[in-house]
This record gives sequence, structure tokens and C-alpha cells, in this order.
Amino acid sequence: MIAFVLRRLGQSVLVMLAVALIAFSMFRFIGDPVNSMLPENATTEDRQALREQLGLDLSVPGQFARFVTGAVQGEFGISYRNKRPVDEMIAERLPATLELVLAAAVFALLLGVPMGIYTALHPKGVISNLLNVISLIGISVPTFVTGILLILVFSVWLNWLPSFGRGDTVQLGWWSTGFLTVSGLKSLILPAVMLGLFQVTLIMRLVRAEMMEVLRSDFVRFARARGLTNRAVNFSHALGNTLMPVVTIVGLQLGSMIAFAIITETVFQWPGMGLLFIQAVSFGDIPVMSAYLVLVALVFVAINMIVDLLYFAIDPRLSVRA
Amino acid sequence: MSLESVSQSRAAAFLQSDIYYRFRSSKITIAAFLITLIIVMAAILAPWIAPHNPFDVSTLSLWDSELPPAWTEDGDPRFLLGTDNQGRDVLSAILYGSRISLAVGFVSVALAMVIGIVVGLVSGYFGGAVDAFFMRIADVMLSFPTILVALLVSGIARGVLPREMHDSAALVVLVFAITITTWVQYARTVRSSTMVERSREYVYAAQLVGRRPFAILFQHILPNVMGPVLVIATINLAMAILIEATLSFLGVGMPPTNPSLGTLIRVGNEYLFSGVWWVVIFPSLTLVVLVLAVNLLGDWLRDALNPKLR
Repeated sequence: MIAFVLRRLGQSVLVMLAVALIAFSMFRFIGDPVNSMLPENATTEDRQALREQLGLDLSVPGQFARFVTGAVQGEFGISYRNKRPVDEMIAERLPATLELVLAAAVFALLLGVPMGIYTALHPKGVISNLLNVISLIGISVPTFVTGILLILVFSVWLNWLPSFGRGDTVQLGWWSTGFLTVSGLKSLILPAVMLGLFQVTLIMRLVRAEMMEVLRSDFVRFARARGLTNRAVNFSHALGNTLMPVVTIVGLQLGSMIAFAIITETVFQWPGMGLLFIQAVSFGDIPVMSAYLVLVALVFVAINMIVDLLYFAIDPRLSVRA
Repeated sequence: MSLESVSQSRAAAFLQSDIYYRFRSSKITIAAFLITLIIVMAAILAPWIAPHNPFDVSTLSLWDSELPPAWTEDGDPRFLLGTDNQGRDVLSAILYGSRISLAVGFVSVALAMVIGIVVGLVSGYFGGAVDAFFMRIADVMLSFPTILVALLVSGIARGVLPREMHDSAALVVLVFAITITTWVQYARTVRSSTMVERSREYVYAAQLVGRRPFAILFQHILPNVMGPVLVIATINLAMAILIEATLSFLGVGMPPTNPSLGTLIRVGNEYLFSGVWWVVIFPSLTLVVLVLAVNLLGDWLRDALNPKLR
């Protein structure tokens, strides 16, 4: 067990080092950081001073070691565009993105799981066919088009919900939350729906496939033979066994939802990390890009590792192989 | 046999083939094929069939700006789908925009396919360190969402290029970003089929005859691994068009002076609040219909080429 955990941990550290190397190479070899950070009329002494301050006079491996040490402590240097420390900028934006992703995930689960259960229990019903067609269209419509349609209907035509920003936020220490104000919650609805809608179709298809599989299994047939009601069989026997893989997939999807939040945040001008990243991409602001890359990679690696370890803990067959 | 009768008998063979039968018996596929064909033809012929040239400033008139579609009350019959804020005909802009979207899609799919096939064949046939190297790259790339990788690649490209080149190089950067992001799937598929084909008798025979490895790879193995590649290429065409549209929508793709469908949607999005819905809705609709049709074609091709389903 300990050997497995250690090996898995070692793999994750390797992947993170590889990502750090990419981020570092972007930082070091694309453009001259000194030119990007100083005004055009800077003197040679200024340049030399900044060069030393950034550690650019060190050898390349030395610079990489310095970059990794900084990154571990959350330091990614100064943004070329805003002239502010990148870690501060990201810390400001982090709560907005995480709240958006959380709301979208809850929305996707609340809608996707019941839809999946329904289509599994009534596979030939009219509503099931309708849901299947809708989910096929849902997968083909690009998320930003969904967002625009939501804005057009609910903000422009009906004027029910705001179409940009987070509304009023409340500061809890360094964390700014939109959950506690009415305008914050209203602003959250459309972005969360847009980000969650794609996941709804995914979860629905997954729950349906898993549930239909479980409903065919022996223990469900025995439960029926024992004379249990449909309700008891469907919901306490079948559903419980369905949800395990669903929770795993949703966990794995959290990472890609953070990535897809880039699009949602652009459509709704949501002041999160994704909007920061997209601005950095269009300005070629390398420090912000490399910090975002490392952070998102960390989230992905961490989620993957936790899922692997959980599987190891749950599934006894895996321990034989390890 | 003359050349003409060869092509005739080929056509006859095609009409009697399994694939054609399956195609004919699926109404949705025929519809998807026709829609794709119409959009592709319209895009290719855009300079000849578009009612206006949206990029010729001399023909634009601000009097014609923000006109609604022709069938509405204030519509103008000259502009079937209305005009944008500069008086450009939306229909013409869509025709020219589809041209760019499809060009980026086709070129990046072709490039990714070539790179993926070569890497896959070499990795699968030779194995060893080359294989390990490419497959570790593939592992890392596949563990991140494609859109994130594409954004990153285009961001790096923008960092490398001087600012004034961003607009003129946009097309190349887009094709590059999408190719880099999508070759992995072809490589994976070709690699696994090549590893199976490698130990077939015809390959041994070719080796015994003394054919060189690359001749064996490209003349003997390649034709036998192309089926799945075609399926991935079709589905990836839809994906490439979507990635291009998304990047352009996010503002890191085609510039407004030379818009693709994604750029048109981005620009139209800015006028949503003045009630000018047609500038954003019609390009979006074109994109959705195109992607849906290509996806349906891909699904059909996957089923038609899958021996397990026969």
C-alpha cells in the first residue's frame, strides 16, 4: 500500500516537474523578459539590475531551480501587463472561478442524475427519446453559443437576470464570495447553467448506461424475486451501485470544468482566473500564462491522484497487482 | 480495358458496395451529407455567389447599417439576413466566414493526420525508445482538455511573434495550434493497429523479399490501418472547426478584418444588447448546423466501417 502511494506520488511530482519545465521555458526563452518589463528608454544599468533581480545571470539549470523554488512557494514573478505580482492577481480571481465551477457542478448533478435515472427506468418512453435527442443537440452546440442564447433570452428579451460580472460580493478574509448577496446569486445563475449544461448531458448518459447495466444484474433480479417494491429496488439497490462511477467521473470533470470556465468567463465577463488567462494569452503575458498553466496542471494531477488512490482503497482487486 | 471503362466499372462497384447501401438507407446521413456539401460549396464559391463583398469598403454604406432580416417589417430585400453595424451584409459575411472556418478545419485535419500517421507507424513498427518518447508526450497532452492545449499553443505563438504580425499570422497560428493539439489521436490509433499488423504474414513476406522498412510501412501497412483514421478525421473536422470558432470567439483567433464564423459571433455578441440579434444568431446557427452535420457523418462512417456492427 505504502509503496503504491509513494510510486503514485512520485509520478505526480514528475508530471508537475515536466509542466514546470514547459512553463519555465516559456518564461525564459520566449521574448526577453527584461525588454517586456522595462520601459523602452531604460538605461543599461537598469537592465543589468533587473537581470540580476530576476536571476537571469544564473546558469539555465540554476534558473530552473530558482523557478521551481519560487513556484512551490506560489511566486511566479511580475505580470508584464499589469506590473503586479502574479500570485496576488491569481489569488484575487481564484474564488470567482471556484464558486462558478462548484455551482455548475451542483447544477449538473441535480439535473443530470434524475434525467439519467428516468431514461434508464423508461428507456422506450416518449420523454426519454426527447431527452436523448436534446442531449445529442446539446453536445453539438458550442458552449459559447449556448451562453449567447442564454443572454439573449434571459437578459435581453426577458430582462430577468444580469448578463455580466459577479454582482455584489462579500469579503470573508481574502476570499470574496458572491453566495451571500441576492445580486451575487442572480449573476451566478446564467454562467453556472452554461458551464454545467454540457456536463448535464454527460452525467445523464453515464447514469443511464450504468443504471441499465446494474438493473440487469443478478442481485437486482433477486431483490425483485424477494418481492421488494420497484421503488426499493430501483432506488436503494440499483441507484447506490450506479453512483460510484458517476462521482468519480464528476470528480475528474471538475478539472476540465475549470478549463472550460475560460469560455464561460469570457462570455459573461466573469472576473475569474479564466478571464485573466485569456487576457494574458492575447497580450502574450508569459508570467500569468505560466502561473495559470502550473496551477491548472496541479489541480488535474491532484484530482487524478486522489481518484487513483480512492480506487485503490475501494477496490481490493487492485492491491494484488500492486 | 480503356480508362473510361475502368472508371465506369469503379463507379458501378461503388454503387453496389456495402458502404453505398448503408449510406442510402440512412435518411439522416443523406441529409447531413447534403447539408455539409451545400455549406462547403457555398463557402468555396463565396466570391461568386455572395450578394455583396463585405470587405470592399467602397460598397458599404452606413445608411444600410443594422438592418434586420429581409422578412421582418424594416427589412431590406437586398440584405436577406440583415446587416451589421457597418452596413455589411450578414449573409455574405457568413459565406466568407465559413470559407475561413472550413479552410482552417481541412488544413489542420490534413496536417494532423499526416503527422499522426507517420508518428503512429514509426512508433508502432519500431517500438523502443522512439515509441516511449512519443507516447509519453501523448499521455501528457491527452490528460488536458484540447481547448486548453490549443489556447496555450496559440498564446506561446503570440508571445514569440511581434505584435504587429498577430493579425496577418492568425491563420497560420490557428492551424498550428489545432494541428499540435489533435495529431495525438491519430498517432495513438495508427500505433495500435500497426502493432497488430506488424506480425501479419504479408509483412513478414515483404521483409523477406528485402523491402526497406519505410516501404513496408507506407506501401503495405498504411493501407490496412487507414479505416479508423478516416473516422477520426471526420469527427476531428467537426472538432477542429469548433476549436477554431472557440479560439476566434475568445479573441485569440482570426481578427475582425478577416473574420471566421467564430469572429463573426464574437463581434455580433457585442451588439446583443442593442437588440441586434441577427448579427450573432445567423453565424451561430451556421456553425451549429455545420458541426452537427459533420458529426453525424462521422458517426455514420464509424458504424459503417466497424466490422463488429455488420
